[in-house]
Amino acid sequence: MLHTVNKSPFESSSLRTCLALARAGSDILLIEDGVYGGLAGSAHSTMVEDALKSMKVYALGPDLKARGLAEDRLIPGVQVVGYDGFVDLASANDKVQSWL
Amino acid sequence: MSETKKFMYINRHAPHGTVYAHEGLEVVLIGAAFEQDVCMAFIGDGVFQLKQDQDTSEAGMKNFSPAYRALGDYEVNKLYVERESLQERGLSEADLMPLTWEDEDDDWAEKPSIRVVSRAEMSDLLEEQDVILNF
Repeated sequence: MLHTVNKSPFESSSLRTCLALARAGSDILLIEDGVYGGLAGSAHSTMVEDALKSMKVYALGPDLKARGLAEDRLIPGVQVVGYDGFVDLASANDKVQSWL
Repeated sequence: MSETKKFMYINRHAPHGTVYAHEGLEVVLIGAAFEQDVCMAFIGDGVFQLKQDQDTSEAGMKNFSPAYRALGDYEVNKLYVERESLQERGLSEADLMPLTWEDEDDDWAEKPSIRVVSRAEMSDLLEEQDVILNF
């Protein structure tokens, strides 16, 4: 399953809830303010680092750029994808769960 | 002439996911015409508003972050950023836009507008204000 998260982890429990419920092998895509969840060295980095042991975590490139976040500020292992990558993830998974 | 009051605009939201930041900035720029003692506070995700290098071209949104540079020209030159909020987000002062203002009482010397303050200092600043507006 593909899980998308569009809220900052500092403002909302969406990312925490998503990572708690997502199964191993899931794809997690951070979009909009959700991309702040990919920041290295933040108060919420640890839960994403833990998730990366069993899931793939992606962040949407255009939303990172809009917020001034360069790729080298992300937690190692978080992969940057474009809108085309978003489409690929949506079609590769049987379901898309949006944590709003 | 009415007395000057101390106004603080508190910014607690990240810049592009919601409209709070953009609307708040517009209100500050409009309110600057009223010649009050104005400052801005950036707390929590609000610190992301001042992040350098924002480029919304690929996301198809308006990039309003260059407008923060106009604040100095409107004599809005006290931008308090909470240090703890930066640290929790893996950021430092070097990640913020280098915003400045020109001091007419000091031969138009260019001075920094951003002041990184501790949470305790931010608490004191809140107490000093006559009016606080939230975005």
